[in-house]
Amino acid sequence: MTVLPVNGGLVLAAGLFAIGLLGVLVRRNLLYTLMCVEIMMNAAGLAFVVAGAKWGQPDGQVFFIFILTVAAAEVAVGLALVNQIYRRFHTLDNDSTSSMRG
Amino acid sequence: MLNLLWTIPVFPFLGFLILLFFGERLPRKILALVGAGSVGVSAAVTSLVAYAFITNPPEGHAFHQVLWTWISVGDFHPQIAFYLDALALVMAGVVTGVGFLIHVYSIEYMGTDKDFARFFACMNLFVFAMLVLVLADNLLLLYIGWEGVGLCSYLLIGFWYREPANCTAAQKAFIVTRVGDTVMAIGFFLLVVQLGTLDVQGLMERAQSEWGPASGMATLAALLLLGGAVGKSGQLPLQTWLPDAMAGPTPVSALIHAATMVTAGVYLIARTHVLFELSSTAMMAVAVVGCLTLLLAGFSALVQTDIKRVLAYSTISQIGYMFLALGVGAWSAAMFHFMTHAFFKALLFLAAGGVIHALHDEQNMFKMGGLWKQLPVVFWTFLIGSAALAGIPLIDAGFYSKDAILWAAYSSEHGSFLLWLGAWIGAIMTSIYTFRMVFISFFGEAKNHVHHKPGLTILIPLIILAALSLVAGFIELPHNMGHIQMFSHFMGTAFESAGEHAQTMAEPGGEAMFQILAGVGSLAGVLIAWWFFLKNPASADSLASTPTGSRLHHFWKSGWGFDAFYDKVFVQPFRWISEVNKADIVDGFYSAIAGATQLTHSVLSLTQTGRVRWYAAWVTVGSVMILGALLFK
Repeated sequence: MTVLPVNGGLVLAAGLFAIGLLGVLVRRNLLYTLMCVEIMMNAAGLAFVVAGAKWGQPDGQVFFIFILTVAAAEVAVGLALVNQIYRRFHTLDNDSTSSMRG
Repeated sequence: MLNLLWTIPVFPFLGFLILLFFGERLPRKILALVGAGSVGVSAAVTSLVAYAFITNPPEGHAFHQVLWTWISVGDFHPQIAFYLDALALVMAGVVTGVGFLIHVYSIEYMGTDKDFARFFACMNLFVFAMLVLVLADNLLLLYIGWEGVGLCSYLLIGFWYREPANCTAAQKAFIVTRVGDTVMAIGFFLLVVQLGTLDVQGLMERAQSEWGPASGMATLAALLLLGGAVGKSGQLPLQTWLPDAMAGPTPVSALIHAATMVTAGVYLIARTHVLFELSSTAMMAVAVVGCLTLLLAGFSALVQTDIKRVLAYSTISQIGYMFLALGVGAWSAAMFHFMTHAFFKALLFLAAGGVIHALHDEQNMFKMGGLWKQLPVVFWTFLIGSAALAGIPLIDAGFYSKDAILWAAYSSEHGSFLLWLGAWIGAIMTSIYTFRMVFISFFGEAKNHVHHKPGLTILIPLIILAALSLVAGFIELPHNMGHIQMFSHFMGTAFESAGEHAQTMAEPGGEAMFQILAGVGSLAGVLIAWWFFLKNPASADSLASTPTGSRLHHFWKSGWGFDAFYDKVFVQPFRWISEVNKADIVDGFYSAIAGATQLTHSVLSLTQTGRVRWYAAWVTVGSVMILGALLFK
């Protein structure tokens, strides 16, 4: 089994994280925001796997499985919230869902 | 019997409580009974205690009664405790005795006033506070009485509060004495920090053992106490409140502003005499303050037109004599003069009050005249009081007490010829202004009609006080005439540590000359007053109308311009500052803090948009900054 190139892996993870973050910041549709958060989590998961491979530890992969589980739960909760927001505001544009008066 | 000591102040306090809570509902007769009766009972108890004290003196000639411990903090345990020695006994006797006579007098004098209950409530509270002051065992309890009499003085000067001038006078009295009280409080702080106790006896012992003679700390402490004493006793430079204090009802002037409260300063110095003896500078200061005050007030009294103001200035001047006596170490002479002064000054005020009452609140002497026929009893008692005030030789108490002071001012080791000369000139002045008052108000043509004659409750106190003014002097006679020393022997038990210098230094023969000088001076004063104000009133007027004369007249009448001076130096700058500072600079500081908070708030609240993407962006920026700081530190 060839050793994973650590630097390349981390650069890829950082790139993915940045793409996800950018998406969260610029996309207004809540569904896309949720998908971008998913990308960021996977970027973090990738970083765990790369780090685990570097030190030959299984912990990285264990963590990745945890992250997958959390992500699944998060999607379930997140989609439910999206559903509620849509019912209340009749839109998924997260800029117009602010009800603050300030 | 001495155990009854604690009840002496309690009776007036009970009277005060009854008058305070039920004063509106009870009929006047009961109010009068409670008001005067409570002080009467207190006077009776005082005489019982005095009898027990004199016939069967307690150990060390002092009786100490602890009621309870007031505060207990660390090493500081002031107690509610009373201390009775000869000094406190004389003070308490005068306060309750003269106080009782004045209360009886007030029943008729204030009889038609609608605030009868309030008047007696304040008077009773005053007697209570004064008794606490004189019987207190420690300076903290004394301070309570001290402030209590100040409060009652304020309440009673402003008794007729619908007149704005009276309220101003009351405030003036309160504020001016407060200046002295602050100085005195600083003195107490110094004593408690340096000597660790406020118990008077302990304080005196420690002052003697720890400071020793002529130490700077003793001088400082004594001078600070002197500051409080001059405020309360109307001495230079805080004397300006006392003439204005005459705005109160006349019995108040008699009780508070002549006989008792204003002598609290004298009492304080006498009580702490050991401290004063440690510092010749402080003794000198006391004597000089007294001497200057008595001269200054004498000249001011000479030109007043209001009979009560003449008496007010004469009070300032007579207390000046007491200060002089204290300053030269003649402790018992000072207390002797205090006692006789309490009798004759209360008498003079009450008699003047009788005149004022009879003439429907006329206080201007020049509108009286010829009263001796219309008000004979008042006239004779007033004359006796005047004779005592002027120190007419041999017959009255004032002569003996003032003579003792004059002799001590010259012969004691702290005395000097200059002090004697000042006091002697002051004595001549006293005699002139006193008899000017007598001649103008009681002789000459009648200028006003007597509306109603005073009744028995006014006359009886006058007669008793007149008798006391005559005979009280005979308990202490100079050693070349009778040589009776009852009073100074008795007082000597309180001033044991202090030798009476006046007696030991006496050179035979010298004293007689000074007595003759004092007598001649006082008789000459009467003659001068007779010439200028009865025989030849035009000459006095022409003297007063020359340019210098009128300027001096005006200057003295305004009390040597002290009011104008204080107005310029303190009142006007204060007004100016408050004018400039209308927006309040100090407030500006706090509103600036509030403004800054509001500004920050409005800036920060701009970030709370409710837009999730912006929140996320800020979280990102924050995280990047923290990571950056961690990585590139």
